Amino acid sequence: MTMRHRLIKKALLFIPLVLFLILGIAFYSQLGKNTQYMPSALIGQKVPAFNLISLNSDQIITQDDLPNTPYLINFWGTWCPACHVEHPFLTTLADDGVVIVGIDYKDEKALAKQWLEEKGDPYLMVLMDEIGHFGVDMGITGAPETFVVNSSGAIVYRLQGVVSESNWSTIQGYLK
Amino acid sequence: MLPEIGQFSLILSLFFAISLALVPLLGYWKNNQLLLATARPLTFIMSTLVLMSFIVLSLSFLMDDFSVLYVSQTSNSQLPIYYKFSALWGGHEGSLLLWVLVLCGWSSAVALKIRNLPEDIGPVVLAILGMVCSGFLSFLIFTSSPFIRLLPDSPIDGGDLNPLLQDFGLIVHPPVLYMGYVGFSVAFAFAVAALITGNLNAAWARWARPWTTASWAFLTLGITLGSWWAYYELGWGGWWFWDPVENASFMPWLAGTALLHSLAVTEKRGVFKSWTVLLAIFTFSLSLLGAFLVRSGVLTSVHSFAADSTRGIFILVLLLIFVGGSLLLYAIRAVQVRSSVSFGVTGREAWLLLNNILLTVLTLTVLLGTLYPLLFDALGLGKISVGAPYFNSVFTPIALLLIVFMGVGPLSKWHNTKLNVFLLPCIISMVVSVLISGSLVYAYDLGLLAWLSLSIAFWVVCLSFSDWFSKVSVGTKGIIPRARQLPRNYYGMLLAHLGIVVSLVGVVLVSINSQESMVRLSPGEQTSVAGYEFRFDRLEQVQGPNYVSDKAQFTAYKNGQVVALLYPEKRLFNARQQVMTEAALDAGFTRDLYISLGEKLDGDSWGVRVYVKSFVRWIWLGGLLMMVGGLLATLDKRYQRRAGV
Repeated sequence: MTMRHRLIKKALLFIPLVLFLILGIAFYSQLGKNTQYMPSALIGQKVPAFNLISLNSDQIITQDDLPNTPYLINFWGTWCPACHVEHPFLTTLADDGVVIVGIDYKDEKALAKQWLEEKGDPYLMVLMDEIGHFGVDMGITGAPETFVVNSSGAIVYRLQGVVSESNWSTIQGYLK
Repeated sequence: MLPEIGQFSLILSLFFAISLALVPLLGYWKNNQLLLATARPLTFIMSTLVLMSFIVLSLSFLMDDFSVLYVSQTSNSQLPIYYKFSALWGGHEGSLLLWVLVLCGWSSAVALKIRNLPEDIGPVVLAILGMVCSGFLSFLIFTSSPFIRLLPDSPIDGGDLNPLLQDFGLIVHPPVLYMGYVGFSVAFAFAVAALITGNLNAAWARWARPWTTASWAFLTLGITLGSWWAYYELGWGGWWFWDPVENASFMPWLAGTALLHSLAVTEKRGVFKSWTVLLAIFTFSLSLLGAFLVRSGVLTSVHSFAADSTRGIFILVLLLIFVGGSLLLYAIRAVQVRSSVSFGVTGREAWLLLNNILLTVLTLTVLLGTLYPLLFDALGLGKISVGAPYFNSVFTPIALLLIVFMGVGPLSKWHNTKLNVFLLPCIISMVVSVLISGSLVYAYDLGLLAWLSLSIAFWVVCLSFSDWFSKVSVGTKGIIPRARQLPRNYYGMLLAHLGIVVSLVGVVLVSINSQESMVRLSPGEQTSVAGYEFRFDRLEQVQGPNYVSDKAQFTAYKNGQVVALLYPEKRLFNARQQVMTEAALDAGFTRDLYISLGEKLDGDSWGVRVYVKSFVRWIWLGGLLMMVGGLLATLDKRYQRRAGV
């Protein structure tokens, strides 16, 4: 073995260390970052199949019952403080003719009914996702979350957090 | 007073841990027998002190001492006594104390067995374990002390243990899992000691092997328990989610499996030395990485403890010291432990090399899938999530290939294998397995993927049997005496390999042959799923120790015969006003019936989810077989002998 070969062999042994250090730097840069924001993997795809019970009619609703026009899917729950903030804006949207499908996420039926009676119902329909299966399928991490579905039935945008004046113009841009 | 004693003995144990890390190494350097001899007593004192503070914390939990912040966060006076005890590891601080206790347990076990090692290596191994203990003890004391008090304003009652964790699964899953995770630090200590002393030979591998195998067996059991717990407790019948934290336990398992096999080669043939050492470091690093991912909040997961970036930085520093340090040592010293023995391409060495390559690729596949979102974001490319589709499509083919080779490998002989050793058994096994699985698939209408997977399963079973038969059928004595002479090691391997196959059958059948249905039912009504009739008999309110529950009774019928009574519940926990779904299941060898109550609808009707899951038990049965195989191999007589005898 020549001197050169030996040096290369020695250098090879440092590869694991170098790889580890690169990984360490990547970890360090991630510490303390907000891990909540996450665009959806469902962009461009149809709404996943589901069968959920409607809050209003107690009928089982599947993906075939969704509107054919552009609409919003809004995950909410009476337990979610931010949803209280979001609710009045959703109501004004509904008054302007925006179609919103509500998913009552990990919630209780009686509470949800009371909420809608007291605050008004901006939703075309409200589906009960009490265990959160549909939330898992949609990849949500909490409530509120809103998805925009276009006229051909594809999910085109996802927003984590409250729908409000400040981001409505962006959302509206996708709603067609 | 008690919590202060606990805190004090923790701090004291850190002093002993640091001494353990330094004194024996100094003794090794100066060649001083007296200093080397301190390793054992230091280990025992350190471990006793940690045990003391563990006992103190348990007492604080059992006596409902809510002046202790950690107790007030994770326990409640209404909790049944066994959950009060297990609530100790229901949060970050206590589970870290459990981690340290388990680490001390392993260190003491090594100290007890130290006589089997040459005099200078044992103390160095203990010193490395002392370093690991010092790291985790400082982490515990400086960032996560479980003994912090809420004085003078201590709450009257505690915030309660998360209802999800109030379950038998949580009593046993973390301790067993930690036994596995932490056990790999012994293999790591052996590897680093080998690098320091330059003493890496077949005997070294023989000492390291039982420790590695035992940790592997515990980790296997821990993962199996975790999967089983998720299945019945999370209420939607899934058994593996490729969640970052599940991956964090699965990666050390994969790397540890590779390590087991490469240690075998190093012991028997003296090759792969440098690689084995690297694998030992890699396996331990993955355990640490798991701790980092769970406790730092860099990834979102259902298992995460409350995110805290100071803790994250502390573990990152620990990672840097242990992994960076040992890899640096490896880079400098590994040249000296390289092996120069050659082997043929048909020899068992080559088969085990193949095993190692595939397992390493699998580990890296999971590692990449787990860290990809994080690295992607670190490079400023935005956020993405990698889900089950990635893992299923990349992991499954490689794993199936590995299992195919797993059938053949054990037939091979060291150094070189004659072709006719493989030829006949392989041809017969292939024909038999394709035919049997083909007829099963035809009879039950299962499809192509099932045919492939079941063929692979039968292939391994046939080849394992033919290997066993070839070993017991030669020679003068009868089959049974010869079978009894085969080492435990060998039977351990057979069992573990069969375990893999049993799990494979479970995984395949449960994913392609299960049925589920979501229906609306009132008492008296019934629904049918996969040939079973489920009747909703009645619903009643039940008072539990710390919850009230809506408890339903379902009767399952098949062909008019009663098969099982099922009692799914909806529990409302008093302390947190949190509703939990308790699924009911009827376990069977070939199928599970699984009912979970959804939402209460109008009147007395409920949304009900019903599943019939094929062969789901086999997934965990396989895990148990692997664990028993691992323990059997650990108890092989060869490891009981002293060094040099």
